[in-house]
Amino acid sequence: MDFGTLGFAVLAIVGVPAVTVLYILATEWLVRGLPERRRATIRPWLWLLPAFAFLGVYLIYPMIQTAILSVMDRRSESFVGFDNYLGLFGNDSFWLTIANTAMWLVLFTGIVIVIGLIVAVLTDRVRYETGVKALIFIPMAISFVAAGVIWGFMYEFDPDIGTLNAGLATVGAEPQSWLTEWPRNTVMLIIVGIWMWVGFAMVILSAGLKGISTELLEAARIDGATELQVFFRIILPLLAPTIAVVGTTIVITALKTFDIVFVMTSGNFDTEVIASLFYRARFINGDVGSASAVAVILLLAIIPVMLINIRRFQQQEAMR
Amino acid sequence: MATVTFDHIYKRYGQDVIAVNDLNLEVKDGEFLVLVGPSGCGKTTALRCVAGLEDISDGRLLIGDRVVNNVAPKDRDIAMVFQSYALYPHMTVYDNLAFGLKLRKMNKAEIDKRVKDGAGILGLEKFLDRKPKALSGGQRQRVALGRAIVREPSVFLMDEPLSNLDAKLRVQTRAEIARLHQRLGTTTIYVTHDQVEAMTMGDRICVMKDGLLQQVGSPQELYDHPVNIFVAGFIGSPSMNFATTKSEGKDLIFGGAKLELTGAQARAAESRPDGAQVLIGFRPEHIEIANGQDGSAVRFPAKVDVVEYLGNEELIHAQAEGNEVVALLPSDRKVGVGDNVDLAVPMEKLHIFDPESEKTLVG
Ligand SMILES: Nc1ncnc2c1ncn2[C@@H]1O[C@H](COP(=O)(O)OP(=O)(O)OP(=O)(O)O)[C@@H](O)[C@H]1O
Ligand SMILES: [Mg+2]
Repeated sequence: MDFGTLGFAVLAIVGVPAVTVLYILATEWLVRGLPERRRATIRPWLWLLPAFAFLGVYLIYPMIQTAILSVMDRRSESFVGFDNYLGLFGNDSFWLTIANTAMWLVLFTGIVIVIGLIVAVLTDRVRYETGVKALIFIPMAISFVAAGVIWGFMYEFDPDIGTLNAGLATVGAEPQSWLTEWPRNTVMLIIVGIWMWVGFAMVILSAGLKGISTELLEAARIDGATELQVFFRIILPLLAPTIAVVGTTIVITALKTFDIVFVMTSGNFDTEVIASLFYRARFINGDVGSASAVAVILLLAIIPVMLINIRRFQQQEAMR
Repeated sequence: MATVTFDHIYKRYGQDVIAVNDLNLEVKDGEFLVLVGPSGCGKTTALRCVAGLEDISDGRLLIGDRVVNNVAPKDRDIAMVFQSYALYPHMTVYDNLAFGLKLRKMNKAEIDKRVKDGAGILGLEKFLDRKPKALSGGQRQRVALGRAIVREPSVFLMDEPLSNLDAKLRVQTRAEIARLHQRLGTTTIYVTHDQVEAMTMGDRICVMKDGLLQQVGSPQELYDHPVNIFVAGFIGSPSMNFATTKSEGKDLIFGGAKLELTGAQARAAESRPDGAQVLIGFRPEHIEIANGQDGSAVRFPAKVDVVEYLGNEELIHAQAEGNEVVALLPSDRKVGVGDNVDLAVPMEKLHIFDPESEKTLVG
């Protein structure tokens, strides 16, 4: 470590707290002149100011910048209006990307939640619960790239390598090309995603499940509910907030899907999704304008999810 | 309406724990039976066996004349009130009451009528639209009761339903449940560890200890004729005094005093060889200050240690022949600390136990 780096490290360790303290002292000095009641209302805003400033620099500014770039040409040199967007909309492969992303959204999110829920409910009732859960959670700890490689072998055409085709061979069926036919290939990629994310959904849902008292379920059983009715009328409604948390996380993951597609097909054979389309536009085609337009579309797609989440958060706050 | 019969019921957990040990008991139709005993004696387990929430390890359980060992809880026609109430937090009070009825596919009008009736009986009309979270403990407790009664089951099961209420509310609700039982006449099994609750509410009381049934009987039977030391000490408040004596013919030697017995008590003493140890028991409220000669009472001297004034009564702690004795006396007796008094216990109120088997020797 040379002297400059060291100096910088010391500056960071000492400087950050020092600046914080100085900032608090400075705000106190500022509000000093105000009456006590006004001080109490103004102080929180002063303290929030730095956070807002950082948000502005790192989030709002890039967002605006991206939006501006999306109406410039590919080298960001001249204004082209909505040409980038129109170019995307006029392109069939863009609509295919949207269709694939929609498949990810619906299938990936839906199946991860349903399987996660089923596994959580079932493992809740068995003795070797922790073992089963650990097993299902392991894929979560594997990197997307490694998962892509593992499943690449699973989907291999050669029955001597590909597990799926080996399975088909044992029943005398023809080997299939899993990753070249649309829409089957996207479904196959989604299966990899599900394999990786079910563990996450299961762990969170199972924690939520533990929060529901057994007496409640017993009361419902005595009241005349079948196990299915207990699930749909007691467990599910009580688990709804947890499902919403898992759901939003998975939806956002689905919208951001990139690694699996990139590793397994590189977006070929009509498996492109929004994030991989962005990557192709920006880093392979070098078209900053189009890439920014894709990013803006992705942003717009996430906004409703965010709004739902914020509303739910407010409702929960109100319930407390 | 139905009877509930425990026929040699066992409940084991693993190898070592026997929570319910060979329970034989018949709860009569329309009876209010209280299961009482110290913590961990298996009351809840026994009740959960009736509810079908616990598998029975051995024996037969009958509701009416149907063996229900393998019948699911929902098909047993029972309702249960849990200690923690177990109200459905996402439903309004109305829906909590209606839930069981809806599951039984009852028509809307009938459900509405039953819920309104039940709410009326328990004074819950004002709260029907509220969620359980917005209710006080006592109100939640009544919702839990309401949820049970609207179902009109043949058996009510209640597991310490009053233990989360404060003392005053507990007394009120106790009366309310008793009134409800008079009105509905539904067979009820009520679990509590509080002997006062057991005495005041039960038609019959079943005392348990370590998974074993000790005695079943009306409150008065248990009070007057406890079959063993445990029941004698458990029923009644303040609890019974015990002291060790030696048998001598048909009398007992209590320290320096000789207790001259007659009747059943004398026969009990006679049944033991001379010099054998015998445990006597007598209730604080049966002790009197001896005055003059009275052949129908045993008497012994005592020295007063502590006097606790309770208003119209006083709790006297005294030393009698090396034993601590508690007596409940009317306040106007004017007993002072340090006084030497002669205490008397009416003959028929004297309990005599075999210290080895711990069983009663009288009767
Ligand atoms: N799942 C279980 N596994 C092992 N032992 C258990 C289990 N449930 C209960 N027991 C044991 O069975 C015995 C009876 O328990 P139970 O809950 O019936 O007691 P209780 O009489 O209701 O006591 P309390 O008044 O404290 O509620 C206890 O000794 C308890 O430790
Ligand atoms: Mg209990």
